[in-house]
This record gives sequence, C-alpha cells and structure tokens, in this order.
Amino acid sequence: MKKHWFLSLSAFICGLLFGLGLLMAGMANPAKVLGFLDIAGLWDPSLALVMIGAIAIAFVAFWYSKKMPQSLLKTKFNWPDATAITRPLLAGSALFGLGWGLVGLCPGPALVLAGTGSVEGLIFIVFMLIGFRLVDYFQAK
Amino acid sequence: MIDWTHFTPESALVGGLMIGLACALLWLLNGRIAGISGITAGTFISAGTERNWRQAFVLGLVLSSWLWLMMAPLPVAEVTGNYGLLAAAGLLVGIGARLGSGCTSGHGVCGLARLSMRSLAATLTFMGVAVVTVFIVRHLL
Repeated sequence: MKKHWFLSLSAFICGLLFGLGLLMAGMANPAKVLGFLDIAGLWDPSLALVMIGAIAIAFVAFWYSKKMPQSLLKTKFNWPDATAITRPLLAGSALFGLGWGLVGLCPGPALVLAGTGSVEGLIFIVFMLIGFRLVDYFQAK
Repeated sequence: MIDWTHFTPESALVGGLMIGLACALLWLLNGRIAGISGITAGTFISAGTERNWRQAFVLGLVLSSWLWLMMAPLPVAEVTGNYGLLAAAGLLVGIGARLGSGCTSGHGVCGLARLSMRSLAATLTFMGVAVVTVFIVRHLL
C-alpha cells in the first residue's frame, strides 16, 4: 500500500476515536456543555475533566515527538509556527465563544451529532461550513 | 454550586483520555494537529494527499456514532430546536474558528498541550465569551 493510504487510514481511525471520546465524555450533548459554561447556575464540571484528560495525553505526545526526526509514517511534524497574539485571533475566538455559548455546539461535537442524522446538527454544520468559506474567501482577496 | 446529578467525572475523564489519544496518534503517526475546524475547512481548500487524510478524519468523526451504536445505544443529546438560533450559532462558530485559527480542539486541547501562549489566549477568550453568553441568555434575558 502507498504511504498516503496509511496516512488516510490513520486519520480515519483518529477521527473515529475522537468521536467516540466525545460521545463517551457526554460532550456530543450540547446541554452538558452548557451545564459547564453556566457557572452561575448548577455547575457541571465534566468538560474541565475532559480537557484535563485530553491535554495530559496530547502533552506527552508533543513532548516525546521533539526527540523524533519525523513522524512514525515518515512525514514532517507540522508544528504550528504562529506565536503572535493578534487581533484576528482574539476577535475570531470571541465570535466563536458567542456561537458556542448560544447553543453549546462546537465543530467536533456538531459533526458527531450530524452523523447521527440530527437535523439540528446538520443545520449547524451547514452554516458553520458557510462561515469557514466566507473567511477563506475574504482572506484570499 | 456543583450539579452532582449531572456531573460525570469517570466518563468525562475516560472520554477526555480517548480524545487525547486521538490527538496524540494523529500527531505521532501523521505529524498533524487534530484541530477539527482547520481539518474540516481544509477538506475544501487543500489538494491531493493533504486533502485525503482530512476527508478521512472528518469521515471517521461523522461515522463514530455508528460504531458506538454497534456496542451501545447512543447517549441522549439535548439541543435547542430553534433552527434560526442554530444557523446563527453555526455561522458564528464557523467564522470565529476560521478567523481565530482554531477551536476547542486545535487551541483548547492541542494548543494548550503544546504550551502555546497564543492558544491559551484564544482558549481564555472563547471560554470567557461563552460563559458570559450563557450567563446573559440564562440569567438576564
């Protein structure tokens, strides 16, 4: 098999595992996400534990990879090179937080939810994709 | 006050570890960051092998609930049925994640695991705005 097949196969398995993790954690349920964001009401700290667990494992992988010349499937590690805290970063994150807080959906859980055939998930995803394309269109100009 | 009836520490932590493992594997095998918004947007604008693995990852995410269904019934997902609100939130999340170069996975998990100050700024911004949004919607409106 060619290298790009292995890259796609491993990405497919990672996508599956990511989605199963979201389902296991209860994060594909927007009500649970809103329960975390609602710190003034009855507070559900679950999302914090999800992030702590995920960050802990990913931290080890990033740290370990610094000693590796290339990835296990022989590609270059694509370290993000941007470090500046810019206006688009903060403005974009603020808009993202507003949308996330309105319904409790972010891209990963929305894709999982859409995969279950949820009309709500599909509507969210269609407009999210329009949002992606809008930004790409104006940034390309 | 902690909502003990909805707080699910075990499944949250296990789900978080699975998400972290998915991020770790995509990094160690493919050398790529598991940022859902960037990967999904990249299925439109990248080409060749860079496009293939992204499509495979998104497909895995979308199909994850099917794999879950083979083992257990799907967990409940409570999401607002207001289609206009879902569309607006989807658009905001799409524009915001793209403009801000990432979302809960790319900045919140991978970025923090890389100890990136830029991702910390993004995460604090969207978390803060989301918390304020939920506070306004649930307690002021």
